Amino acid sequence: MTTVFTPMARTLPSHRQDLATHTRTHGAVPLAAFAGDGGRRGFIAEVGAADIRGRGGAGFPTARKLAAVRGRRPVVVANGCEGDPLSHKDKALLTLAPHLVLDGIQLAAQAVAATEAVLCVHQGSTAIASAVAALAERRTDPVSVRIVEIPRRYVASEESALVNYLTTGDARPTGKEPRPAERGVSGRPTLVDNVDTLAQLALLARTGAATYRASRTDLVTVTGAVRSPGVIEVQAGLRITDLLVRAGGVTEPVSAVLAGGYGGSWLPWAAAGEHLGSLPGIASVYVLPSSACGLSFTATVLAQLADESARQCGPCMFGLPALAGDFAALLRGDADAVTRLDRRLPLVTGRGACAHPDGAVRLGTSALAVFRHDVTSHVRDRQCLTRTRRAA
Amino acid sequence: MTGQRLTVDPIGCRAHGLCAEALPELIGLDEWGYPLLAGGLVPPDLVAEARRAAAACPALALRLRKS
Repeated sequence: MTTVFTPMARTLPSHRQDLATHTRTHGAVPLAAFAGDGGRRGFIAEVGAADIRGRGGAGFPTARKLAAVRGRRPVVVANGCEGDPLSHKDKALLTLAPHLVLDGIQLAAQAVAATEAVLCVHQGSTAIASAVAALAERRTDPVSVRIVEIPRRYVASEESALVNYLTTGDARPTGKEPRPAERGVSGRPTLVDNVDTLAQLALLARTGAATYRASRTDLVTVTGAVRSPGVIEVQAGLRITDLLVRAGGVTEPVSAVLAGGYGGSWLPWAAAGEHLGSLPGIASVYVLPSSACGLSFTATVLAQLADESARQCGPCMFGLPALAGDFAALLRGDADAVTRLDRRLPLVTGRGACAHPDGAVRLGTSALAVFRHDVTSHVRDRQCLTRTRRAA
Repeated sequence: MTGQRLTVDPIGCRAHGLCAEALPELIGLDEWGYPLLAGGLVPPDLVAEARRAAAACPALALRLRKS
């Protein structure tokens, strides 16, 4: 799962880079070039010109986030938790190119005049050792960085949940307001950025916006029925079909792909010519072989998402188990399950403090559309299409 | 002219359901007892009722806000 292909080795090297190798490859981090008030403004303008967007799934313009952090003693939080089981890019990045992330943290800290930075990773993450070793090598960083291990729950790495955990020790989301930029960690203005986003700042600072845009790459996790699953670095804007070629090609006939992780959308194989960047959610593609039942996969994931609810908001606490139950009933041939799903899916979305229930609804809704023939087969003929396909 | 909007704090809400009783014109309940708010601005003739509904929420989760 950690296979890394780097023919476009801009961000991800094939082997871990210590500080000396990193500096030989990229040059020293040009902090002085963006120092002072003018430098800070210039850096944020450069980030805007480069059109860097959050790579944790939300896709929010990073320049606007940087500009929103104002006030006394701001904090930078680098989010390297990567809770989605279908994404490994942040772990790969922290493992192989930790100094790009740490450079990005320093640049972001300087841009928002932060006095402290925190690198968040999930408890027991394989990336911790690399991050700790990299941090120990850096002696001239103006802003001190501490590594904090976050409980291994899906919603614990949501922005407000991270701020909540760092402030109170409770790793549950608190809602959209107040924004961390206004009142974040311990009430201080806080910038929360994904580690991949921060690494992009480190690349941009060295090249400038024009060169950055011309050579921009994406880190995508490809899993499922491909020959070489793993994290792949590709030029931005690649179509999903081309991406799968880069992952060694598919291993058997494919019926659909899940783009965007557990809270993403199913796309029929015929639509896999689409650009990944135009789809919501994290940079992840799971390839479903025709021999597997997409409804069954969806039911399993929905059950996990229900289990991962922080159980704070009613529509999520009760809605997700209900949706997971409906999918399980659908698999058993319960025709009423489809009626219940049609009623429940639109009711659950947008009603939680975080986007966790929205992702589950996106997954479920797209599954019913993409696997509609499977739905018919399950409820009318009481059998799974994949069995008939395998028999044929 | 600025109008007013109903919002619910999803974490604070405990599904008491008093809001739906106080303001059935704009608030329904889902099958688990949590409020479903009609979107958009509160019509001027319902603003007083909406204010009463917000005040009736035992969890202080329903709010009437200027938008």
